Amino acid sequence: MAEAPRMIEIQVLRYRPEQESEPVWQSYQVPFTEDMSVLQGLQYIKDEIDGSVSFRWSCRMAICGSCGMMINRKPSLSCQTFLRDLFPGPVKVEALDHLPIERDLMVSVEPFVKKLESIKPYLIPKEERTLAQGEYLQSPAQLAAFEQYSSCINCMLCYAACPQFGLNPDFTGPGVLALLHRYNADSRDGGKAERMEILNAEEGVWSCTAVGYCSEVCPKGVDPANAVNQNKINSAVDYFARFFPKKGGLI
Amino acid sequence: MKSQIDVKTVRRPYVRPMAGWWKGNAFFVRYMVREATAVAVWIYALVLTVGVLRLGQGEAAWNGWLDAMKSPLSLSLHLVLLVSMVVHTYSWFEIMPKTMAPMVINGERLSAERIQRTGWSVAAVAFVVTLLLAVWSQA
Repeated sequence: MAEAPRMIEIQVLRYRPEQESEPVWQSYQVPFTEDMSVLQGLQYIKDEIDGSVSFRWSCRMAICGSCGMMINRKPSLSCQTFLRDLFPGPVKVEALDHLPIERDLMVSVEPFVKKLESIKPYLIPKEERTLAQGEYLQSPAQLAAFEQYSSCINCMLCYAACPQFGLNPDFTGPGVLALLHRYNADSRDGGKAERMEILNAEEGVWSCTAVGYCSEVCPKGVDPANAVNQNKINSAVDYFARFFPKKGGLI
Repeated sequence: MKSQIDVKTVRRPYVRPMAGWWKGNAFFVRYMVREATAVAVWIYALVLTVGVLRLGQGEAAWNGWLDAMKSPLSLSLHLVLLVSMVVHTYSWFEIMPKTMAPMVINGERLSAERIQRTGWSVAAVAFVVTLLLAVWSQA
């Protein structure tokens, strides 16, 4: 038996650069059923009420990282947030905090992608192996050292949760630093020295003040605050290591 | 076909202001309180430093500092500092699991709750022991 839809008000922060000098709120009445996400509510608006509302989405199952937005002031994936939990509303939907709004709910992603590229987010093998030598082996303990950080889906919710990034957009930020740690902590990787420069910089881990909200909003349990803060120790060790002779070296 | 370069853009990315960023979010308010309590730690360190300096200046100076500590103004300041220190200690251990490298014991990662509870317990024991020592020294 099909259930009768209830009505909920969705308020969308609109910004059309050719039309508005600053964002304005627009309200929509949306019928919804128990199984509808905020994303589906927005899709209803776009299909049935106002085709000009712009937002990004793709997978609808919390893995592509495209549909992040502020929902009632909290950075959330709109596919994973259900209208039934926000009833009776109103539901306030805005573009992710701290990122420049391109249009409506869409933000600029280029600076994030540039930062992501800069940390070389791929394995740089410690030792070259031929195919005949087989795969790079890893123990369960070695896998556990980085596994959670590899769950990042680049949704940027942690950037919207980080006031230090909002105050200083040059800060490398929680997500990218967590991915940097993911590769540095991988026993098969040999690229640590190349990545330490980014980590040690003022815009690296030292711009973090351990607010911790990034880990609170992460939809994948990555815990970027932990990745960033344990690297303050690594960064300090890296700095002081220069004063000590390398193993087997002469003083 | 027109080349990409000739296409006129209407892009005008809008950057939202950050003024008062922490006021509308309970998580950020708690963070600001945690940071503010560090000032109380600093003030108490100053109070104790003055005490040590006065001690070095002789008996009269030391007794003067002790008397100053007993004034109503000093007592109310200490009450504020005590509350701030309790909040500071609580929030410091609350964030501690995020600030340290994972600890693996017998192949299992120590949980955040375990780290927090250990920190809070050690702080509580230290507090009680200090209090008992203070009472004992006066007896």
